[in-house]
Amino acid sequence: MLILECPYCGVKAEETELSPGYEAHLKRFGPGSSPEEFEAYMFARKNPKGVHFERWRHTYGCGKWFLAARCTATLEVFGTYPAQVSEPPADIIAKILARRPDWKPE
Amino acid sequence: MSEPVSALNGASFQGFATIREIGPLGMITLRAKGLKSLDKAVKAVTGTKLPAQRRIEIKGDRACGWMSPDEYLLILPYAEVGAALAKIAKALAGEHHLAVDVSDARAVFRIEGDRADQVLRKLMPVDFDWLEPGELRRSRAAQVAAAIWQQDQGFTLVCFRSVASYVMGLLTHSAQPGSEL
Amino acid sequence: MSTRLTRGGRLIDRTAAVEFSFNGKRMRGFHGDTLAAALLANDQMLVGRSFKYHRPRGIVASGPEEPNALVNLGSGARLEPNQRATTTELFDGLECTSQNHWPSLEFDVGVVNNHVSRFLPAGFYYKTFIHPRPFWKHVFEPIIRRSAGLGKAPTQPDPDRYEQAYAFCDVLVIGAGVAGLKVAKAAADAGQRVILLEQSPTLGGRAPVDQTEVDGQPVETWLSAMEADLAARDNVTIRTRTCGFGVYDHGYVLADERVADHTPGDGRPKHRLWRIRAGRIVSATGAIERPLSFAGNDIPGVMLASAVRDYVVNYAVSPGDRTVIVTNNDSAYQTALALKAAGLDVPAILDAREAADGALPQAARAAGIRVLTGKAIARVKGTKRVTGVAICAQAGEGAVQEEIACEAVAMSGGWSPVVHLFSHCGGKLLWDETISAFIPDPARPPLNHDGSAMVECVGAAAGDLDLTGTPVAIPPVWVMPQGAPIQLRSKMWLDYQNDVKVSDVELASREGYVSVEHTKRYTTLGMATDQGKLSNINGLSVLAETLGQEIPQVGTTTFRPPYTPVTIGALAGEARGEIFQPLRKTPMHAAHEKAGAYFEPVGLWRRPYCFPRPGETHEQAVHREVLNTRQNLGLLDASTLGKIIVKGPDAGKFLDMLYTGVMSTLPVGKCRYGLMCNEQGFLIDDGVVARIDEDTWLCHTTSGGADRIHAWMEDWLQCEWWDWQVYTANVTEQYAQVAVVGPNARKLLQVLGGMDVSKEALPFMHWADGTLAGLPARVYRISFSGELSYEIAVPASHGAAFWAACTQAGKALGAMPYGTEALHIMRAEKGFIMIGDETDGTVIPQDLGLDWAISKKKADYLGKRGQERTFLASPDRWKLVGFETLDGSVIPDGAYVIAEGVNANGQRNTQGRVTSTYYSPTLKRGIAMGLLKHGPARMGEVVEFNTVAGGTVKARVRDTVFYDKDGEKQNV
Repeated sequence: MLILECPYCGVKAEETELSPGYEAHLKRFGPGSSPEEFEAYMFARKNPKGVHFERWRHTYGCGKWFLAARCTATLEVFGTYPAQVSEPPADIIAKILARRPDWKPE
Repeated sequence: MSEPVSALNGASFQGFATIREIGPLGMITLRAKGLKSLDKAVKAVTGTKLPAQRRIEIKGDRACGWMSPDEYLLILPYAEVGAALAKIAKALAGEHHLAVDVSDARAVFRIEGDRADQVLRKLMPVDFDWLEPGELRRSRAAQVAAAIWQQDQGFTLVCFRSVASYVMGLLTHSAQPGSEL
Repeated sequence: MSTRLTRGGRLIDRTAAVEFSFNGKRMRGFHGDTLAAALLANDQMLVGRSFKYHRPRGIVASGPEEPNALVNLGSGARLEPNQRATTTELFDGLECTSQNHWPSLEFDVGVVNNHVSRFLPAGFYYKTFIHPRPFWKHVFEPIIRRSAGLGKAPTQPDPDRYEQAYAFCDVLVIGAGVAGLKVAKAAADAGQRVILLEQSPTLGGRAPVDQTEVDGQPVETWLSAMEADLAARDNVTIRTRTCGFGVYDHGYVLADERVADHTPGDGRPKHRLWRIRAGRIVSATGAIERPLSFAGNDIPGVMLASAVRDYVVNYAVSPGDRTVIVTNNDSAYQTALALKAAGLDVPAILDAREAADGALPQAARAAGIRVLTGKAIARVKGTKRVTGVAICAQAGEGAVQEEIACEAVAMSGGWSPVVHLFSHCGGKLLWDETISAFIPDPARPPLNHDGSAMVECVGAAAGDLDLTGTPVAIPPVWVMPQGAPIQLRSKMWLDYQNDVKVSDVELASREGYVSVEHTKRYTTLGMATDQGKLSNINGLSVLAETLGQEIPQVGTTTFRPPYTPVTIGALAGEARGEIFQPLRKTPMHAAHEKAGAYFEPVGLWRRPYCFPRPGETHEQAVHREVLNTRQNLGLLDASTLGKIIVKGPDAGKFLDMLYTGVMSTLPVGKCRYGLMCNEQGFLIDDGVVARIDEDTWLCHTTSGGADRIHAWMEDWLQCEWWDWQVYTANVTEQYAQVAVVGPNARKLLQVLGGMDVSKEALPFMHWADGTLAGLPARVYRISFSGELSYEIAVPASHGAAFWAACTQAGKALGAMPYGTEALHIMRAEKGFIMIGDETDGTVIPQDLGLDWAISKKKADYLGKRGQERTFLASPDRWKLVGFETLDGSVIPDGAYVIAEGVNANGQRNTQGRVTSTYYSPTLKRGIAMGLLKHGPARMGEVVEFNTVAGGTVKARVRDTVFYDKDGEKQNV
């Protein structure tokens, strides 16, 4: 059972205190977008074996959504960060690269 | 006007720790962040300073707890909530905030005694060895949300009103004599 | 016979005699005994029957690896099946019975399977019960099920209490043998918070039996000093009788503490499940001795050498006067010496190795014991217990050279490190040629959240079989003798509990099973309650030999939690009875109970479905409630309705994105009905929104939807529009809400008094704050029934008082409470949709004719793009209409409108389905709503629904409003 540190309240929360929110950094496509864009937004999830960015909500704690970078194969957590960003922050990227030198950010 | 009635009307249980439902307490959810007058507004209602992350500032029968980066829980006598809301509205006039009365939406329990922590260790995925005095921890008690802090040789637990009898059942089960950890 | 020795027994207290019974026979033991030790002390060598052949089974081991000695423990409500006698502590009054035999343990009919065993090979069930197909369900399965399973399940509720607890530590040490104790001390010295778990009641592991000294001190001295040292430390918690049985992600460990198994009924919880989060886990779980595969190795009296040693030293129990030792390694010589020291006879030590010159063999020879190297057991003599062994050369094919009379055989086929906990989260194993065992590979451990090693093995669990560090070599001896013919191999047991023999694994191999996982399932090897603790490695080795492969190539099976069986009571913990799950109760719940309400679950809420009166059926009650509400006055507890405050300069903009309609233009003091969709465009919730002030709105959600919709709002505000100035608060439980409904609704409010609720002061779809019955109240003039209706919110702590006031004052006005079913019928009579009835996650508002609640002007709202998808915009969608049956009957729930022809599966084609269907007491006929292809264009057409009975029912398509089409009743 995972532990993720909530970046808002600093609690090392266990999975039962959290709700999963699946893939992070999706770009919303609304009216006027092409079928391909909308499909990518709604349905095309990455599901990688390795580094992945996810949304989690500290449901039983402060109620805030945060983002986590972790390895889906080993469950290693590289870091968590607030949700108010459209892409992973540089320090998280650096932490991932320190542990996974071959990984390439998109 | 009828007297306000707490969820369990003051139910209690004596096990290896004492469990008491208390209240009703006045409670206000205040959502605001980074406002100039926020310190003043809180001080006016609870007499305390604005709590830091995960802290609760207690002064007599009033307190202010940090619930999230933009949410505070103000605790005060039940009868004073209306006046307190007016004070907050005045202090924060023109600034973006939300203050609502949640006194009736909650149930509050006291868990008291030398081994009070053990009752909670059975229910909450919280490391009580590291829970500091004055720390407010939001987590879950078995299957429902709960917030706790240490106060006066015991703990105060706040949960939603609708699950008060469930939480009383949990605390009673966990405080059974002979089940000390 | 096996007996109690007059001297010795380090764990028993001879001054505390204990009485117990086995199969009704009264026996005596001592405090400190395990049940197995006490049974042996009473010469009860035969303890059960095997699963398939019903072979006599005796005690083999002395710990949790025991495959045979499983008993039904206790009786009545406290009956527990499959309890291992080797780990059950004896207590006064213990009752147990043996399992898997009929009519008795001594004389068992099922043993006939044993005599036809050559017709019951591996895979027998798979091969035999396949044809004819229908026979499986009706003939074979019931019979097999009746004879399957070992113990009996109790039939009464468990009277004992169970609980769980959370614990946190830097280092969790599992296993309190010498290795575990040393690690715990080192970690404690370093200032770390340590938890030490030990499955047995005492610390020390095997050392007190197997060692004379530790670190130069007598073992008992060393142990008591260590125990005292650790116990005195604040940063060390020792829990005995606690088995760490599972390792999970990120240092999470589950452990089962047997708090009161040995003191039943003393009021303490029987078990406590520990949920431990550890920074680092140390598995000091030791090693388990392996049996040897020789013919007759399952006859009662054949035991693990280490177990014989344990019984002699710990419990002063002799397995018999004469014990023959058979081994492939030095450790079994300790058993010979222990037996000798206890004054018992060891006629011979048969060592499969060509030479045995270590310190222990030398000591055995010096003690005058006959040591025969290069020898094996050709077969064990005896049926219900050992009477002797026939000896042969290990290198040969089993030609008997000599027979030795004995009562017991102590065997050792080497040791398997307990790597289970290392493996649970993916730690990889290495095959160690020197000790012929799998050991943990320190280079490939399971990983923690920071990528570090999560589990480390120490001591015997890491393959360090000798405490003093002396290298140990254990040559592989998988079959004894190595050239044994099939007659012998078919009597060599690998899995005692499931009756899997060497010949079965070889058969599986011949039949093409090359994977150990498949072989395991085909033969059932290792699939019994002991999960193959004794059999897996031996079975794997036989498979490898048969396949002509190396053991590492054949692989090992996956270790999964739990290490030992865990009672379901511990897993359930406190979640039983009243606190099985949180039931949410409104402030009026007690009043409803008093009024005899019949409750139904709505999410976790319990809401009155109806309020039956004496002699009334639920249906009659519901119909009475509907008619009374329409004719007089109904009272509904609507407190469960979700209420979310949305406030801020951008709140209007936000709600315009959230709802399909426009909320920003709603005037203060008014209400508006709104729909929410997900991004795919499908309807997810609906409710009435009230504008409270310039920048505050109150959104009502469905009863089950408050938390979900609040989370949905926060998701968009936090993750997408984080620069918008909006705050939300879920105030659902702050208010008790009562719907006052019916022609007399206004009169009741006037009686309660305190505010003007006239048509002029409070028109339809308006709200007002005021006072009612002396309480602060917010009154919404909204209607979900089509009647004159007010929904009144008061603070929850006054909810019960307000409900009582309404009930009391309503008496003169014909007031009756009504429940959710009457609510449903009345809304269906008015054609109002219900989330979850008319919607199922694939329905868009346009399907329901709710286009009027969708803004055409807004550039964007959640779901707008989704609804523009071609298949959702298709004119061929099923759309909402009303139905009335031609015969007035009620269309069955879930019925489909059938169409011409059949589909590819031979089923009738469909063109629609019913979504809400009720008997309307108002109209005295069945009414329904449903989705129908091209529905709105087919008014008046007659369609056919299927029925449960297999026929059809005809219904005419009509509009959805069955009652008071012009809304005259609510606009008064």
